[in-house]
Amino acid sequence: MSTSASTPVTPSPAEEEIVLPEVTVVDRKAAVMFGVLTVGLALLLILAPQEGDTSFRLKAPNDFIELPTITVPSTPTAWVLTLACALCTAAAIVLYTQKRKTPIWLVIVFALAWMTGFLTWAAAGGTVPVVGLLGGSLAVAVPLVFGALGGVLGERAGVVNIAIDGQLLFGAFAAAMIGSLAGTWAGLGASMVAGLLVASVLGLFAIRYFVDQVIVGVVLNVLVIGLTSFMFSQVLAPNAASLNSPPRFRAVPIPVLGEIPLIGPIFFRQTVIVYILYITVALVTWTLYRTKWGLRVRAVGEHPKAADTVGIKVNRTRFRTILLAGAIAGMGGAFYTLVSVPQFNREMTGGAGYIALAAVIFGKWDPIRATLAALLFGFASNLQGVLSVIGSPVPSQFMLMLPYVVTIFAVAGLVGRSRAPAADGIPYRAGGQ
Amino acid sequence: MKLELRDITKRFGSLVANDRISLTVEPGEIHCLLGENGAGKSTLMNVLYGLYRADEGEILLDDEVQHFTGPGDAIAAGIGMVHQHFMLLPVFTVAENVMLGDEATGFAGSLDLDAAGKRVAEISKQFGFHVNPSSVIEDLPVGVQQRVEIIKALSRDAEVLVFDEPTAVLTPQETDELMGTMRQLKEAGKAIVFITHKLREVREVADKITVIRLGKVVGEASPTASNQELAAMMVGRPVELTVHKDPPQLGEDALVVDNLRVIDALGHVHVDNLSFTIKRGEVLAVAGVQGNGQTELTEALLGLQDHVTGSIKLDGKELVGRSVRKILDAGVGFVPEDRQEDGLVGNMTIAENLMLNRSFDEPFVRNGSLQLDKLDEFATQKLKEYDVRAPGITTNAGNLSGGNQQKVVVARELSRDLRLLVAAQPTRGVDVGSIEFIHTQIVATRDSGVPVLVVSTELDEVVALADRIMVLYRGRIVGIVPPDTPREVLGLMMTGERPEGAVA
Repeated sequence: MSTSASTPVTPSPAEEEIVLPEVTVVDRKAAVMFGVLTVGLALLLILAPQEGDTSFRLKAPNDFIELPTITVPSTPTAWVLTLACALCTAAAIVLYTQKRKTPIWLVIVFALAWMTGFLTWAAAGGTVPVVGLLGGSLAVAVPLVFGALGGVLGERAGVVNIAIDGQLLFGAFAAAMIGSLAGTWAGLGASMVAGLLVASVLGLFAIRYFVDQVIVGVVLNVLVIGLTSFMFSQVLAPNAASLNSPPRFRAVPIPVLGEIPLIGPIFFRQTVIVYILYITVALVTWTLYRTKWGLRVRAVGEHPKAADTVGIKVNRTRFRTILLAGAIAGMGGAFYTLVSVPQFNREMTGGAGYIALAAVIFGKWDPIRATLAALLFGFASNLQGVLSVIGSPVPSQFMLMLPYVVTIFAVAGLVGRSRAPAADGIPYRAGGQ
Repeated sequence: MKLELRDITKRFGSLVANDRISLTVEPGEIHCLLGENGAGKSTLMNVLYGLYRADEGEILLDDEVQHFTGPGDAIAAGIGMVHQHFMLLPVFTVAENVMLGDEATGFAGSLDLDAAGKRVAEISKQFGFHVNPSSVIEDLPVGVQQRVEIIKALSRDAEVLVFDEPTAVLTPQETDELMGTMRQLKEAGKAIVFITHKLREVREVADKITVIRLGKVVGEASPTASNQELAAMMVGRPVELTVHKDPPQLGEDALVVDNLRVIDALGHVHVDNLSFTIKRGEVLAVAGVQGNGQTELTEALLGLQDHVTGSIKLDGKELVGRSVRKILDAGVGFVPEDRQEDGLVGNMTIAENLMLNRSFDEPFVRNGSLQLDKLDEFATQKLKEYDVRAPGITTNAGNLSGGNQQKVVVARELSRDLRLLVAAQPTRGVDVGSIEFIHTQIVATRDSGVPVLVVSTELDEVVALADRIMVLYRGRIVGIVPPDTPREVLGLMMTGERPEGAVA
């Protein structure tokens, strides 16, 4: 067949967007999960019935507007909420049979009903400090959120950052030591430098020398544990008064916002680090999606060769991103020693970095979602503490498992289909050699 | 801008990919670089584009020597490239892809997507493209994706444009449009390098032709040269361009596919309402542009797809719902479309690869241990029979050339008693000599009474092998037509139009 030079370029049918017919593939995960949890709650109520009333305290000390404390009869309320859960489950099953997806609001309604029902039962005869429970969750979640943000940044650029835990721990160590010597702000700065140092080693091996990223990350975590434990016993512990007693950041209530009932005491009567966290989440989200720098970071994590062919230095971009990610994760470490406990201890992060890594995946590599996931894990950890204070009938060993059980369920079961950055964890060798 | 390459030499270890290649491309000229897969065309262009550093030789633009340290330098100097494997980010929009690396920014480095969108619209208008700047790449057909690649190069004011095997993924109609675009670019004064191994296209647009074989320039040819002459230059010996086959000896219906539907995990329907039969001793060739359900169809036949409804009966036995192993045991041979990914284990030897589909029991396994003597004997014989050019049966399959790798796959699949052969893209990335051989083997299989399903995106191959042609478009059958159907009609059918007289 032949065409002449004047062939008009006409749109062919192929130029319409190809739309493959779609069939909704529904998952019965939600319905099954709802069912199991509802039955579980009902069994608790039947097998371990509780007497008395449950109170929910909604106010914090020094509230401008005081919310009343809500008191409800324990067992009947729990049954009502179990019924609500059962209704949600029924709705999920109906939706499944109709081949429709479970909407997110149904999940939220179910989660709220179940959680309240469980608390009503567990705290029978006592008072649930709602503000303390939620505010405390935020506090527990702060290092997780910083760590998760560091993880999101690294993985978006194509480098799996297993070393989050090491960055948190080294950050905590540096903040404690430098904080003791030169004050809180210097301590915070030192934590960022510490996280950056760990990241630079990760970058050197994973990006420059193509060593397996997961292995380097795990080794770094172990290295930091060893290093900080050694320094702790040799340097910090003998000179605890001068080197391991950092000053603490104090809570700084924000005027007006801090006075909003319920929300104010939870979110706006926190320490400076928490406010820095809010700003960091917003900044990371904005830069990642709305700036030239973010576009390039996402490009090198998705399709490094394409980025290379338009003149972007892939490994340099990755290295810079990893350093920034390390500095952010390091700040999370400062929260341990400059806010939570004013001193450094061996292995004080307790594997929080791995939970942060789970939050990255649960949050589908998105900064906002990863933050929410980290908050969920924070809630699970704090619930355990609060319940043991109230004196719940659940064995404490069982409660200690809670954050990890939530993590496994969240990552394995609820995450749904997510797509990691296409080149995540794959080293890039320029020139394809 | 005039492009000149002088004595470019590029080595990879002991392999000389480019051996003192010289080339001059004038502005307003389409210069064809013709050569087989693996002749060194892409390596040369990667040197030009700054992706590889040449060991010797120099690149000149308007008689000035260039020193590229990376693609960034080449782009800045005015070189644009439309890559064989598109260098586009599938999850980004058109505008984001076009601006990447050369971003228009506003306050504090924030992206100015509007400016990028305008640039896309401007260039689209100039060349008559229809591209929406805010479409996401992975939702676009490949023809449009390729235009985005062209826009990307033009938005950086490229004066020298390299098209690396641009027609491999296009329909005949899209190919014609691309040829039109190339002529437009030529008239706009761009210097164009067109890399291909397809003779027809070369003769259609080229002003000059340079033929490369085994990393060396073997000569220049004029666009008026015949296919035979060009092919002989390319391969280094006279080649047979047509497949000799006798009229089919048709038996009874062997493969009966009824109302087949394949859905992926996300709910996309890739194959819909497919019904066809293949008789014993017949080749049914599936034509269509890549991504119209061919992959899913072949995988469904092999039991590799999870959500399959309908029925696939081979000699009366239902295959849907059976495991891959059961289907293999039923006598299905499979040449997968991506031999590196699915056909071979690169780090295993030729001998080991030859027994991959018979790793469960006799003759190569007894009581759980390999019968190495039998395997060696078998592999040595197959190596000879299938003319696999390799140092020996213990050579790793990954170290072979594409053609020889494919011969290993074909040898493995054909050395069992088959009741059905499914061959997907059997000669993709294979040299002309091996293509001849593989085609002969497929025809011999058909002549021995086995039904054969061949999937190919190369219309030439479809026409050469088919006893009947089935055209797929968006997962549905457009029509099943005889092999003497004119190319224009087949081309139209590949875009979903059903001409008069075609039987669905």
